[in-house]
Order: sequence, then structure tokens, then C-alpha cells
Amino acid sequence: MDLSDTQIERYSRHILLKEVGAKGQKKLLEAKVLIVGAGGLGAPAAMYLAAAGVGTIGIVDADVVDLSNLQRQIIHGTADVGKPKVQSAAETIAAMNPDVKVVTHRQFAYSANIRELVRPYDFVIDGTDNFPAKFLINDACVLEKKAFSHAGILRFNGQLMTYVPGQGPCFRCVFKEPPPKDAVPTCRQAGVIGAMGGVIGSLQAMEAVKFILGKGELLTGALLTYDALSNRFHKVKLPPWNGKCAVCGEHPSITEPIDYAQAACDLRK
Amino acid sequence: MKITVSGTEKEVPDGLPLKDLIVQEKVESPEYVTVTINENFIAKSDEAATVLAPGDVVEFLYFMGGGR
Repeated sequence: MDLSDTQIERYSRHILLKEVGAKGQKKLLEAKVLIVGAGGLGAPAAMYLAAAGVGTIGIVDADVVDLSNLQRQIIHGTADVGKPKVQSAAETIAAMNPDVKVVTHRQFAYSANIRELVRPYDFVIDGTDNFPAKFLINDACVLEKKAFSHAGILRFNGQLMTYVPGQGPCFRCVFKEPPPKDAVPTCRQAGVIGAMGGVIGSLQAMEAVKFILGKGELLTGALLTYDALSNRFHKVKLPPWNGKCAVCGEHPSITEPIDYAQAACDLRK
Repeated sequence: MKITVSGTEKEVPDGLPLKDLIVQEKVESPEYVTVTINENFIAKSDEAATVLAPGDVVEFLYFMGGGR
């Protein structure tokens, strides 16, 4: 595939970078990224990946746009309230960049479909808002040998880590299993500052871009935390992979993704 | 003795038990926080008996479930 004149102009600021160039831009145009959750994290991640010319962007979300989403979910506008989020997101991306093919999956992610959902993609972005979904995505990506970016946001805090098969711990290595429902506050209960999705979702997009380009260091074996109030980024070095994890360990007890009970009540709101 | 907690160096009493540091640092819902010392996971069952040593690097890893 050769870049057209309009593509050379559109992506000129990428092409100027020695880490990208025309070769890297072609890699982006050929790449496939799945975003699970078109919300606070997924919206900015999807928009930056679309603008960057990531050729195929899959979006999984069963919900419709709600007025309370618009404080942070910048891929949706006021006129989109009531519209399926995947449709609203696809329309925004289509208006941004005709090079991008959007694959919409208007459904909840659960154990029976998550492996199939992630399978065709090169990289997965977890933009979900609950622990059962985060463990579901982790386990599916481990089982399907997919690289993915995990992230969470709450109040004025956010954090993310990247899993690449064979290159360090997975999310479950660190957090073992979902906490009981309501043991740990969610955004819906505790709130989140809108721009936090922008900061952390953009970092997730950056991880996806670096992974596709094969350039730089990824957040594998590390958890990057951001505290907006104290203006502090902290990169926590995680313990190395120890082979004991229930899903990515040497003797895994988890061989299929799990639907944790919390999912049912939390996802349906 | 000096230890590093969440990236910040701190002066704490010699032989400070981990459980006291958790209180001192006002760790929210500590039963759901993963603790690492010098890049090793501290098992929940070992937390009560863990005593900090000079130079230890302690991290508290919090569940953060939001995203949409």
C-alpha cells in the first residue's frame, strides 16, 4: 500500500518523525485496535487513534449516550443523547478521518463473546468502568495472546499499565480478583474529573501507537499513576512475572474468561 | 530510618510494622490494596507480620475501576 497525496499531507507531522515516517504511518493504517467501552477513556483514545490513521477501530459498547456522559465522553455531543454510543462514536470518527474503518459491536462484553471480540485485533484498549469487565478483558487478552492497555480513573486519579504476552505481569498478577461489589468506589458513586479520561485515555492511545510502531518503551511491568491534584505522575515498577498467576501463570486455573457476579448489576445500571 | 513510599522518601521509626505504615499513610480500603516492597508482592496473609527495613521501597497499588 502506498500513501496517497492527501494521506502524505494529512499525516505529515507523523511522517516527519524518524520513529514513524511513511513506513510507520503505513503500519498505523494497517493496524486494528479494539476499544472496549466508548466512554471517558475510550472516547479520547478512539479519537486520537482515528486522527492518527489507525486503519481499523473496533468499538464495543451496549449503551446509549446519556446527558451525564457528556462532561467527559468527548466523542459524543449533545445531539447524540439517546443514540447508541457505538453509532455516535462511529459518526464522529467518520467525520474526522475517512481512512478509518470503524467496526461497531453494540453489545456487552462477557465470557461467551470476549475472546471472539478481541481475536481479530492487534491491540486492545480497556475503557470499561467496572472490575468484572476489566478482569474479563485481561483474561481474554492473556488467553488470546493479545497486547492490551488496562486503565482506571476515579476522582482526580488515574492509572494504566500495558500487557504484552511474555513481557511481564498481567492485570491479574497484580490484582488477583475483583473486589466485592461496593467495596471500592466507582466513578458513578464517587465522581471523576472530566479531563482525567483525556489524560489517561490519551496515554492508552499512545501505548497502542508505540506498540503498533514497535518504538519506545511500553508500560509493561509498570503501573503509571497520575494524581491531578498534586500534579504527580508516578511510575510504579511491578514485581516481575513469577509464573504463579491464575491466568497467565505456568499452571493456570483460569482457562476461559469469567463472568463475575457484579457484572450483571453494574453493567445494566 | 529512611524508606521510600509511593516514590517519596520518608523518615520513619526503625522497625516500623507495615500495618502501622498503612495507617500512617491513610491507605483507603487497605484490605483491597496490593502492597509491594522492593518489587515483591506482599501476600495479604504476610502483611501483619511484615516489618520495614531501612531503604525499603513500598508501593500501594489501588483498585481503580472507573473508565466510562
